[in-house]
Amino acid sequence: MKRLLVILLFLSVIPFSLQAQEGEAIFIAEDVKYDSGGSINLIWTVPDLEQNLILEIFRVFGETEGKIIQTPDASGRFTDRNLDYKGSYYYVLRAVNPEGEIFQEWTTETIIPAAAWFDWSKLIVLIALVIIFALITHYIKAAKRGVEFTIRKIPALESVDEAIGRATEMGKPILFVPGIMDIDDVQTVAGIIILGEVASKTAAYDAILNVPVSRSMVMSTARETVKESYLKAGRPDAFNENMIHYLTDDQFGYVSGVDGIMAREKPAAIFMLGTFYAESLILAETGNSIGAIQIAGTAMPSQLPFFIAACDYTLIGEELYAASAYLSHQPHMLGALKGQDMAKLLIMVILIIGTILTLLFPELGIVELFANIG
Amino acid sequence: MMMTFAGAIGIFLAGALTLAIFSFLYKDNPVYKFAEHLFIGTSAGYWFVYNVYNVFWPNVIVAWGEAEGFWAYFNIVMPVLLGVFMLMRLIPSIAWISRWAMAFSVGMSVGFSIIMELQTNILQQIGATLSPFASLHFNNGGTAAAVNAIIILLAVLSALVYFFFSKEHTGAYGHVAKVGIWVLMITFGASFGYTVMARISLLIGRVQFLQEEWWVAIKHLIGLGS
Repeated sequence: MKRLLVILLFLSVIPFSLQAQEGEAIFIAEDVKYDSGGSINLIWTVPDLEQNLILEIFRVFGETEGKIIQTPDASGRFTDRNLDYKGSYYYVLRAVNPEGEIFQEWTTETIIPAAAWFDWSKLIVLIALVIIFALITHYIKAAKRGVEFTIRKIPALESVDEAIGRATEMGKPILFVPGIMDIDDVQTVAGIIILGEVASKTAAYDAILNVPVSRSMVMSTARETVKESYLKAGRPDAFNENMIHYLTDDQFGYVSGVDGIMAREKPAAIFMLGTFYAESLILAETGNSIGAIQIAGTAMPSQLPFFIAACDYTLIGEELYAASAYLSHQPHMLGALKGQDMAKLLIMVILIIGTILTLLFPELGIVELFANIG
Repeated sequence: MMMTFAGAIGIFLAGALTLAIFSFLYKDNPVYKFAEHLFIGTSAGYWFVYNVYNVFWPNVIVAWGEAEGFWAYFNIVMPVLLGVFMLMRLIPSIAWISRWAMAFSVGMSVGFSIIMELQTNILQQIGATLSPFASLHFNNGGTAAAVNAIIILLAVLSALVYFFFSKEHTGAYGHVAKVGIWVLMITFGASFGYTVMARISLLIGRVQFLQEEWWVAIKHLIGLGS
């Protein structure tokens, strides 16, 4: 207990020790907290700096001294970056006149710009991640044990069979556009997963599938996915890797190509699932003009209005990610979806309790806990 | 504006290709097809050259020359190795190796984005929804801000209810979900208007180009302008 009191007393003295006596200059070097090392914050205040003087800050590392900044500002802050995270540095602040004569000089303590193993400012992200991970894992395990989870009707996904069936009956192709971003975009991954489900059905119905892509990695991944779907459907003979073909990486070059395909091949069903930007309305309008049944989905808030306006069905935001579970009805995917729902419920509870606590006890800092991360 | 012959040719081509692409608004036609294939071909070629000079050259060739120590070389060799794995698709008997590169790319990007999404789209949004309540008051004009904060909270809660997948939208719960979809539609409506406005400004810019540059270039080429 006594030791705790001593520590508390010591901690309470620190802020006062960092404050200067009135009229006294401050020049502090401190390691940047929770970084990957190599950065030092410099803070200076020189009261009553004469007008003809300027301040120069020098970095001293071993035997080497080098000027890093020169400023007329009597107080300021600067972050010295790209340092050796194991090196020892100290800094010298000099007030000099235009001729370079030194009037006064202050020196910091030696400091090491160390790397941190853990960014404590992001602790809440870790806690949230662990909770969501635990919820999803729990429900996946439950699904594997045989617990049945239901999933509400999503009209856009109910219509997938209808769209593919219509195209098959009409003898027209099905066009699948997986967006314009690369495979490192989670929406593209979601789009490719749905492509796998669509390909299973096109394989079963012997429908024509056409997938123009704008990224080489997406092409490779989509080919693997579609090939696997055709294999699973027992139709490896029907798979042709030219179903998935590259156009160009360029956004509007790709759009002009896809528009051309729509106008010439007149697909009966068009799927646009992935990340879309300014091309969303151009594609959706062209698809609309040829009378195709269009199912679109994206998590880009700025592009959803265009899909909603021009397509028959739209997967809004998270519905895109839920689509693979919906279409496949695989227990582990439904379990994961249930886990995500529980995470959303938890967020709602946090919002309600957080609001009450913020209103009643604003000094608790609930808002800062979430708003000031990293 | 003084215009060189070569400059006029360039502007003329840009304007002609703009009109060729616009011709698609009427219907698919040979002029559009020509512009489309030219666009796709040149852009695919451009991106190839761009990747060689801006990705491969600085990150492999230049970096190799400047590398010092094991980890510097490791950081160059590993991505190159994964790239080579991708090329294995060209050899059917060992094409499976390319899956390693794809698995790395997909797994790494999805794992990385989980943290980003969690921080920016979940936790910070919780903070943003709660923050107006920290300074809530109903005097000196604070009533509107207070009502706004309450509306935002209710809108967020109802939109979250809409995105519940494990329960049918029926009964009272369904009504809340319906409020959620209304909230989303109002947001989309506002976003639609804002984006269309930006698109109209792009169209105006293109029409101005045709009027102020393309037309001047044509006059220059037929000897009617300076």
